[in-house]
Amino acid sequence: MKIHKYDTVIVGAGGAGMRAAIESTKRSRTAVLTKLYPTRSHTGAAQGGMAAALANVEEDNWEWHTFDTVKGGDYLVDQDAAEILAKEAIDAVLDLEKMGLPFNRTPDGTIDQRRFGGHSRNHGEAPVRRSCYAADRTGHMILQTLYQNCVKEGVEFFNEFYVLDQLITEVDGVKKSAGVVAYELATGEIHVFQAKSVIYASGGTGKFFKVTSNAHTLTGDGQAACFRRGLPLEDMEFFQFHPTGIWRMGILLTEGARGEGGILRNKNGERFMEKYAPVMKDLASRDVVSRSIYTEIREGRGCGPEGDHVYLDLTHLPPEQLDAKLPDITEFARTYLGIEPYTDPIPIQPTAHYAMGGIPTNVEGEVLADNTTVVPGLYAAGEVACVSVHGANRLGTNSLLDINVFGRRSGIAAAEYAAKHDFVELPENPAERVEAQVERLRASTGKERVAALRLELQECMDANVMVFRTEQTIKTAVEKIGELRERYLNVSVQDKGRRFNTDLLEAIELGNLLDLAEVMAVSALARKESRGGHYREDYPNRDDVNFMRHTMAYREVGDDGNESIRLDYKPVVQTRYQPMERKY
Amino acid sequence: MATPVLDKVEAESAASPYITVTFRIRRFNPEVSDEAQWQDFRIDIDPKERVLDGLHKIKWELDGSLTFRRSCAHGICGSDAMRINGRNRLACKTLIKDINPSKPITVEPIKGLTVQKDLIVDMEPFFQAYRDVMPFLVTSGNEPTRERLQSAEDRERFDDTTKCILCAACTSSCPVFWNDGQYFGPAAIVNAHRFIFDSRDEAAEQRLEILNDKDGVWRCRTTFNCTDACPRGIEVTKAIQEVKRALITRRF
Repeated sequence: MKIHKYDTVIVGAGGAGMRAAIESTKRSRTAVLTKLYPTRSHTGAAQGGMAAALANVEEDNWEWHTFDTVKGGDYLVDQDAAEILAKEAIDAVLDLEKMGLPFNRTPDGTIDQRRFGGHSRNHGEAPVRRSCYAADRTGHMILQTLYQNCVKEGVEFFNEFYVLDQLITEVDGVKKSAGVVAYELATGEIHVFQAKSVIYASGGTGKFFKVTSNAHTLTGDGQAACFRRGLPLEDMEFFQFHPTGIWRMGILLTEGARGEGGILRNKNGERFMEKYAPVMKDLASRDVVSRSIYTEIREGRGCGPEGDHVYLDLTHLPPEQLDAKLPDITEFARTYLGIEPYTDPIPIQPTAHYAMGGIPTNVEGEVLADNTTVVPGLYAAGEVACVSVHGANRLGTNSLLDINVFGRRSGIAAAEYAAKHDFVELPENPAERVEAQVERLRASTGKERVAALRLELQECMDANVMVFRTEQTIKTAVEKIGELRERYLNVSVQDKGRRFNTDLLEAIELGNLLDLAEVMAVSALARKESRGGHYREDYPNRDDVNFMRHTMAYREVGDDGNESIRLDYKPVVQTRYQPMERKY
Repeated sequence: MATPVLDKVEAESAASPYITVTFRIRRFNPEVSDEAQWQDFRIDIDPKERVLDGLHKIKWELDGSLTFRRSCAHGICGSDAMRINGRNRLACKTLIKDINPSKPITVEPIKGLTVQKDLIVDMEPFFQAYRDVMPFLVTSGNEPTRERLQSAEDRERFDDTTKCILCAACTSSCPVFWNDGQYFGPAAIVNAHRFIFDSRDEAAEQRLEILNDKDGVWRCRTTFNCTDACPRGIEVTKAIQEVKRALITRRF
């Protein structure tokens, strides 16, 4: 075991982590621990754009953006946070441009903007051009630009280091962050990083679904590390299903395709979104569009021999426009489906995309131990966190925005905290838990296989807690996850070595997915209403009287050693917008 | 609405004919042996699946110790460049049906970088060359209040080289790089190009001097391996030629 000491440790090197690192490296001695090389993160898969009311191409302002964000989140958004997001969006985009990001340009040479789902002029009048973009590879450009600036600033990376535990020390009755424990992929060695401040920026949990736009590596490692140390997870029942994933594969096809004029059609060729969202049509919010697609499929208007998908039709758009604005996704259609989008529609289905919930934080990125108490020295930003700016449903282009605004804020806050505070003493045997976990898996002779359990989990999640949910399906999921958690105790790995043991790490990642899937299902079971991405067929309406509140899930360990999940609730911050019925 | 082509695709997939494919994989684990060796795995798989899916099937069902990097699985993250049937490709962007699955499919680590285990190589020298070309925007003077202006034409000038995902498929396909690891390699030059030709940048001269080095751009022998290998379709050799020309003319 090696012990390292840094002022600030950042877990994850995607957009949020690197945006934080650029700030914290200027202010404190910073280490970035990342399980992938920095430019491998899934930020790079984001396509369509980053919202900011620059008003470069038409009238716009940050207040409209705030409203759209709150409405898009079905009023579960903390409105103070949404206001910060929309206000700081403008500088966040300009900062990236100054760092070198090659945005598409208007004829005047300013940053070009395009339409995106749920973003509207004057509180829902009509779609507005708010998404700043670089073709359909905006996330790629953001990731590259941030890494380039990390190189410029001399940010120190520990590549292929998996953070597996959060260290917490109680000082005078206050639980404080003391550091993290990491596993080095190359050697199998365990490292303890003592740090004055820790920022989690480790991304989402989308790999607990089967049809997902998420990378193999999105396994909720940060959420799991904090949750197991008694910290709460907020709003985990809210997961976004992106309307347009490639049929069966789940690979993302940007909403920008519809922003550029693409149309969803059923087997009769009908533009069905006109029925469900007369004003915004194909550009309604993602939860609305995904439900509409599945309604078409369920009512027998799906395409193909099994009627299990619909079409994204780009055939009426000029090939030059597709080449200039949507080059990557049209290439995906050619590569993976053998389809030419100039002439043929693309088969799509909703795909698991984004966790709205996560580690609760305030607007400075400080992690909360309960509804109000901050954990000193602990921060989170990006998809791993829940600020909550996305509420029950995130608007497209608001996640690339989130990672930049709250990545920056947490980077500054964590470094400033580190400058004013001393190290917290490490707990005794800090690596004990991780060593035991790794050794147990390496030594296990159990008969259960990681891949088989993971597939069962994913199929269970797709079948029971996806776009449509009922008491019965969620209970089925809870039960199945419980069974899988039991069987997980008998999981073994074939690779017993120390060097690049990805077999072992996949087993650990599965453990994280199982824990978080359970939190999601248990949280979803208790929310007897429909709101945003959480749709209960047995409770199809939003219930503001009983459920206008955030879920806070805690792991409890009884005296008998049995684990359970306790649910609590946290009020939503409302400032200027009263909840209204959501129509698009 | 045009659907005939689609119906054909769907009819084919409905039949879903699994085929038996042999993966011939270069294995190396210094914990076990100093020698690398070939190992064959036979699996049943839908030929429309990716080579990465085949590798996963082997790892998940046959041999958990098979080791490779991967993340996004659709050609964006750059983790899984490997040598497939003798050519550098991304395993997640190569469909089995497209590489003659009736014969064994060979999978090896990319060349020119030290193999650490199975298909994993040491990427550090590759990233070091990237970092050495100052891959970031350099400007002087006060920052403008709003964005820097750039015409659509100026933006287009370097568009091709912004697509790079740092997968190393190009650099590790270059015979000059194989023979001399000191050469910056195509990927680093591509990323220098991305800034040299960006109208907002002011450090082109410095980057050109770096690439004027004996291990710089003049080592390129224009074999076009890099262009053929690039999974993003970047005209790598052309970018290198443009950098060479800029060194001579000092115009960019």
